[in-house]
Amino acid sequence: MSFSAILLLATLEGLVTAAMLALMALGLSLVFGVMRVVNVAHGEFFMLGAILAWAVTTAIGGHPALGFVAALIVAPLLVGGVALASERLVLRRLQYEPEATIVATIGMLYIIQQVALTFYGPDARPVVAPFTWRVTLPWFGYSGYKLAVIGFSIVMLIATWLVLTRTKAGLVMRATQYDRETAQSFGIPVDRVYAWVFALGAMLAAVAAVLIVPIQQAHYLMGHDPLLLSFIVVIIGGLGSLRGTLVAALLIGLSDGIISVFFSPTLAKIVATAIVALVLVFRPQGLFGAKQR
Amino acid sequence: MRPGNADKRVILLHLAVVAALFLLQFVLPTYHHGVFARVMVLAVFAMGYNIVFGYTGLLSLGHAMFFCAGLYGAGLTVYHLDWAVPPAFLAGLVSGLVLAVGVGVLALRTTGVAFLIVTLMFGQIFYLLTLYFAEYTRGDDGIVLSQAMRRIHLGDTVVDLTNPATRYLVAWALFSIVLFVTLALVRRPFGRVLIAIRENEERTRLLGYDTFVSKLAAMAVSGVICAAAGAAYALLFGYAGASFAEVHFSILPLLWVLVGGAATVLGPILGTLLMFYLVDFSNDLLNAYFQGWNLSYLGVVGVALVLLILFFPKGLLGTVRERWVKWLP
Repeated sequence: MSFSAILLLATLEGLVTAAMLALMALGLSLVFGVMRVVNVAHGEFFMLGAILAWAVTTAIGGHPALGFVAALIVAPLLVGGVALASERLVLRRLQYEPEATIVATIGMLYIIQQVALTFYGPDARPVVAPFTWRVTLPWFGYSGYKLAVIGFSIVMLIATWLVLTRTKAGLVMRATQYDRETAQSFGIPVDRVYAWVFALGAMLAAVAAVLIVPIQQAHYLMGHDPLLLSFIVVIIGGLGSLRGTLVAALLIGLSDGIISVFFSPTLAKIVATAIVALVLVFRPQGLFGAKQR
Repeated sequence: MRPGNADKRVILLHLAVVAALFLLQFVLPTYHHGVFARVMVLAVFAMGYNIVFGYTGLLSLGHAMFFCAGLYGAGLTVYHLDWAVPPAFLAGLVSGLVLAVGVGVLALRTTGVAFLIVTLMFGQIFYLLTLYFAEYTRGDDGIVLSQAMRRIHLGDTVVDLTNPATRYLVAWALFSIVLFVTLALVRRPFGRVLIAIRENEERTRLLGYDTFVSKLAAMAVSGVICAAAGAAYALLFGYAGASFAEVHFSILPLLWVLVGGAATVLGPILGTLLMFYLVDFSNDLLNAYFQGWNLSYLGVVGVALVLLILFFPKGLLGTVRERWVKWLP
């Protein structure tokens, strides 16, 4: 393959990562923006989504597309339910105090991993893609499913965007994010908004997981790397800034894809993590975020 | 109560704890003898973490790198450069100090959530570096220090750190030194300034204290203590591997300190001891009753963290201090 063909392949792989990251980081960013909660268990909601996708597709059987569509509906709902319950039972009782919620979500991370290990086991298992046709490009064939992942993510992102900017629910969320106390005095049930935002954030991670699981196998420790990458995306994009999050997801996803094709993946991770840490040190509002009020 | 009297009580209490740990070595069965030696070294790590988290109020998720700076600072110099034990231990301390000051200068520019994420990322970079330089560190497999490398020659006498009795004594000595250093530190004006920063940094700055320098000093002390634990771990137990640099090993000291009571001098040893035995016992017990459930430390640690933060946020000694023994440092 010529250099430009390899670059095209790397870009496509990067776009798939970016699509997954954008969905996941959007969830993380929403939770942080509205609730000021750093959800360390976000990666485990992702993992739970992947494992549930495997469970649903295995239970249904038949044509892979049938199970996949069912998984795309059932897995996010179940994950959302788990998130809702943990928000009511744990986070609300801590009054969303930043350090306490971080410790609590670390605890939740371990609990979810343990549950996955107990009921799913330590093995990595594949989920069959809903369709298998390949797109033939002049230089190489490329999986049509991966392209569909990119397309579907864009649709999901636009849908979330519309919900946030065009609906009453979105308005309520943004009002809560902007100023919690004023929102409360205008009669917004801030407490309930928090619960739904936390569930929505987890559901976005679960959707990302269902999409990615036919490409990458489901495993109980798979949440770790996406969590770190989403942290990076949310930071680069500016904590709580949704537009920044999307731009950063594209940036990080593409550079991750391209760098790991041409350089040692460990070195690429080291350099990327170092750059992000320094961004956070010298420009805490992120590259695209506005200064905190 | 006159302050002089309280002072005497505090010192007597800590002397009693140290003496009890010294005497325990004669009565403990072999297995628990080994556990206590290990727990004392890990408690030093927790005490180092407590200075930054408990007293200064900075939630760091990267302290595994300071432990590992000591672990590798001592381990690699012994393994590759054939250094003797004392200079290797010193190399571990120096690595911890340099790393803590370096990370501190950068990370302390941020506060709150950003500080947590920055320390997490520096910890991650450290972990990845240990994997990247696998030629020297052997990555996840780690390096094993042979018995010959772990001997101290003092004139004609040879101190063998692989001997369980010696190991217990060295761990006990390190623990005692760090315990009294911490005690002295938090009762001095320096410790008071750290607590003031935790309670209200703005006000402390207004009173004329340079809070950045104080926080950096806290990081440096914490880094050296954690590195001491790491260096002692490498030399006493003869193993240095990349698994000690994982995020998990930054979360464990947080858990130990929370269990024992943040910002208490004796909390770390109590928390480390309790959690070690809890994980140990529950492992056997749970696996006996729930065979094939793959129950591991994950669930125990997770449930402990959530329950603690919900119902017992001050930890054991923190609650004791609040309710009964007000003078506990």
